[in-house]
Amino acid sequence: MQKGTKYALGFGAVPFVTLVFSLPFVNRIEPFVLGLPFVLFWIVLWVALTPLALLAAYRCEKKWNAPDEEDGQ
Amino acid sequence: MNIALAIILGVVLFSSFLGVFAGTRRKMDLETWTVGGRRFGVILIWLLMAGEIYTTFTFLGASGWAYSRGAPAYYIMIYGTLAYTISFFILPAIWRIGKKHGLHTQPDFFIARYGSRYLGVFVAIIGVLFIIPYLQLQLKGLGLIVTEASNHAIGFNTAIVIAFLLTCLFVFTSGIRGSAWVSIIKDIMMLLSVGIVGFGVPYIYFGGVGNMFQALAAQRPAHLIFPGATANMDVLWVMSTVLLTGAGFFMWPNIFATAFSAKSADTIKRNAVIMPLYQLPILLLLLVGFTALMAIPGLKDGDFAFLSIVNKAYPQWFMGFVGAAGAVTAMVPASILVLFASTLLAKNVYQTGINPRASDQMVVRLSRFMVVVIMAAGLLFAILLPNVLVNLLLIGYNGVSQFCPGVVLGLYWKRIHARAVFAGIITGLSVVAILAFGKHDPFLGLNAGFVALIANFTVTILTAWIFPGPGNRDGRRWPAVARAA
Repeated sequence: MQKGTKYALGFGAVPFVTLVFSLPFVNRIEPFVLGLPFVLFWIVLWVALTPLALLAAYRCEKKWNAPDEEDGQ
Repeated sequence: MNIALAIILGVVLFSSFLGVFAGTRRKMDLETWTVGGRRFGVILIWLLMAGEIYTTFTFLGASGWAYSRGAPAYYIMIYGTLAYTISFFILPAIWRIGKKHGLHTQPDFFIARYGSRYLGVFVAIIGVLFIIPYLQLQLKGLGLIVTEASNHAIGFNTAIVIAFLLTCLFVFTSGIRGSAWVSIIKDIMMLLSVGIVGFGVPYIYFGGVGNMFQALAAQRPAHLIFPGATANMDVLWVMSTVLLTGAGFFMWPNIFATAFSAKSADTIKRNAVIMPLYQLPILLLLLVGFTALMAIPGLKDGDFAFLSIVNKAYPQWFMGFVGAAGAVTAMVPASILVLFASTLLAKNVYQTGINPRASDQMVVRLSRFMVVVIMAAGLLFAILLPNVLVNLLLIGYNGVSQFCPGVVLGLYWKRIHARAVFAGIITGLSVVAILAFGKHDPFLGLNAGFVALIANFTVTILTAWIFPGPGNRDGRRWPAVARAA
């Protein structure tokens, strides 16, 4: 596995940790954040942040992986 | 004719002409028909995927689930996000293989990987079996939305017959490109309706989103956390469901094939990066459902929460706008579903299974013909036998997810072979059917499809391990292609 892919997978794990495996710990109403019950706020927050995690994954692959000639723009 | 109906008809006609226009003056060969000539950039791929993701289920179902089930509806925001994350990693590999071998459909992928025509035909038939109920669901959703929005100025059957004819028309002339273009109108109108209603309704009834949640928390606090108003959809159910649906999302034959439409692997990755943002509007649909629960309690069917509250809080012309948005929101996914069901039958059942010497032009001609046949089947089921396919629909997502081990292990594991995939899929489907029809879903708090997927993975891996097979037909080349991902 190339180095960039390894880091990319690390960033790819972010939504799985935050939106799946942490759910048992955030299943509560209080405190309200931005008017939303806590569990809903948590989900919205990490759905909104996932693009940043994937962007980081994308950058890692670009930076460390060998360019792929088939991927011509 | 009332103003709402006029708006709906106007939008639906305009969209269909745009769809027809998208494909005129293009020679329709197999590449153009199914995968848009493999030339779609980030914007068209976005439109295509968005077109398939926001269906009438999202439109009516998300607010309906929030209304009648409460917190379990949150899963709808999560699973898409997981699906795009998975797609970032596996779709580029699928794209490379598709490009290298000139693949058009999901069964093509299985045939290329495992060298088994039987497996290809099998996967194609299972795919079609799960697509048709979804097609019927779209038509039914369209009928409900249009009759409700036009205040019954047009009947259920008339509405879906008109939609059937127009959808057939633009699929027939433009193939996949027509769906992507109509998706432009659909996305704009749907986001506008969802935005206006989602922000508007909590303000109209409670003076703001915060106040609305405070009121709901005081009235029914349990509604806002898992398991909501349900008895068996607790945290464990949500976790297993988002993992299953996240993994199963790209296993739908129609969504799988979007990988082949992209012009490069890079397009797919960049698309995966931005797609999760598209999940955020679902929050607004949840807000509508929660508001409706307090503003108009006691609806018999929660799926009407969205339409009922719009009907109450907004003028008639806006109801027409929402109706039109709902109609195109049904037509775009319906067009893509019917396109792929017909291509699966023509390419992977007829060409692969019955007459391998059929030319690609012949396959396109047959696909076009099958579009009409399959749409007609969906229409007949929707009008005459609305409940026959309910069972298939119930297991649709759980069913297609069973393709997952064959695809993912096939990409990265040399030892896996056709017989192992057969054994896995049959095990998975059997477990799904037994649990779902025996009313054991959720099973021990877990989504039944998730249980089936675990069984499927186990059987696939064990079979491949214990009985070494011929491996992949493509010898050394295949793993190299996948590893480049």
